[in-house]
Amino acid sequence: MQYNWNWSVLLQEPYYGWIWSGFSWTLATGCAAWVIAISLGSVIGVMRTTQVPILRSIGTCYVELFRNIPLLVQMFLWYFVFPELLSKDAGMWVKREMPMPEYSTAVVCLGTYHASRVAEQVRAGIESIGQGQRYAGLAMGLTPVQVYRYVLLPVSYRIIVPPLTSDFLGIIKNSSLALTIGVLELTAQTRQIEEYTFQGFEAFTTATVLYIVVTAVVMAMMRVVEKKTAVPGMLSLEAK
Amino acid sequence: MTSGFDWQVIVKNLPFLWTGMQTTLLLTVLAIGGGVIGGTILALCRLSKFSALSWFGGSYVNFFRSMPLILVIFWFYFLVPIFLGRPVGGFYSVLIAFILFEAAYYCEIIRAGIASVGQGQVYAGQAVGLNYFQIMRYIILPQAFRNMVPILLTQGIILFQDTSLVYVVGLHDFLVTADIVANRDVRLIEMYSTVAVVYFVMCLLGSLGVRRLQRKYSL
Repeated sequence: MQYNWNWSVLLQEPYYGWIWSGFSWTLATGCAAWVIAISLGSVIGVMRTTQVPILRSIGTCYVELFRNIPLLVQMFLWYFVFPELLSKDAGMWVKREMPMPEYSTAVVCLGTYHASRVAEQVRAGIESIGQGQRYAGLAMGLTPVQVYRYVLLPVSYRIIVPPLTSDFLGIIKNSSLALTIGVLELTAQTRQIEEYTFQGFEAFTTATVLYIVVTAVVMAMMRVVEKKTAVPGMLSLEAK
Repeated sequence: MTSGFDWQVIVKNLPFLWTGMQTTLLLTVLAIGGGVIGGTILALCRLSKFSALSWFGGSYVNFFRSMPLILVIFWFYFLVPIFLGRPVGGFYSVLIAFILFEAAYYCEIIRAGIASVGQGQVYAGQAVGLNYFQIMRYIILPQAFRNMVPILLTQGIILFQDTSLVYVVGLHDFLVTADIVANRDVRLIEMYSTVAVVYFVMCLLGSLGVRRLQRKYSL
């Protein structure tokens, strides 16, 4: 096998700048999508545990719909098909005038996709508490909203910290799919460096190391959080 | 963009789309097979008494689980020809990438499955004079796999969806064939919706099937 090693290419401009800009875009995409995922996912997850049939079925439909279509296909649907379904002006706005159309589309797509996963975790967390606490809350005269706000959700979020951590890491990894619609995140940039310089080993190694560093840092941080938030006497749900 | 939903373009291109679906299915089946075999070996490594083996298993799993699949696909698409010194075609390099990547995920499932069988069974096997491989082959793995079948199949459905990522290297799978038609005939809405519906129906039926199986066969 023949290969010319040249690690110094990574420190040359523009490639050095590309890597860092790609890395920042990966983090920016992942974190913005996570905000959507956790807020929308919590709403959907709560809907699936309420006693109202219509809310439950909306929640179920959402989860099944977003879980059973490949993320890449969803990316294309949001980017190519969604603007066409809107009215003409709104479609034009989404395609042209919206700030950073590729980035925003990728964030919405990743956020709504991972919301279905977060919803499942939230539901599992609430269900693991058991019906007793819900009835106890209702018996004390709390409204259903108060039961969720003060009894069920605070406990369930603490239980699902580990699976949420792996979901967050999943979003960071899945943000690489944004390259298919033109977001120049980490994987896209290293791929581009490979094409420009033919130094694939060096470029892909950089990306690999950066992804591993992100994973390791997040895991280390969350281990502290997990210890602080663990509910005494309750096994937390195993991370999948 | 031309207005109106054109069913004709879908019907006309069904044979072409079917060739893509065959690639997708073939890739899925081979990757599941290879992934389960690789995952079993890795799981046995991780549970091994020898610290070198369990360290290798653990690092392998952590390594692949912290990388995005697209990056793994790029790695092997670039690496395999260099190592072999000749081009092998997209399909094989992608297949290797999928097997090695999925093995890490299958390893975790299989490890949990083996752990669920219980240490007593190992002692019982040893007591009747079986060696390590016989215990695994005749006692532990058959029970473990029975427990694991639903999760293995669910992972298979995820893998089926993940094969769409071969798009990034242009291998002609279901999504790419649809993409070719979409761009050639300027029928993006029709083709992408078709792809979404087909994937949705197949995966939904698959997961409903898994759920039924789970209810029927749970020990």
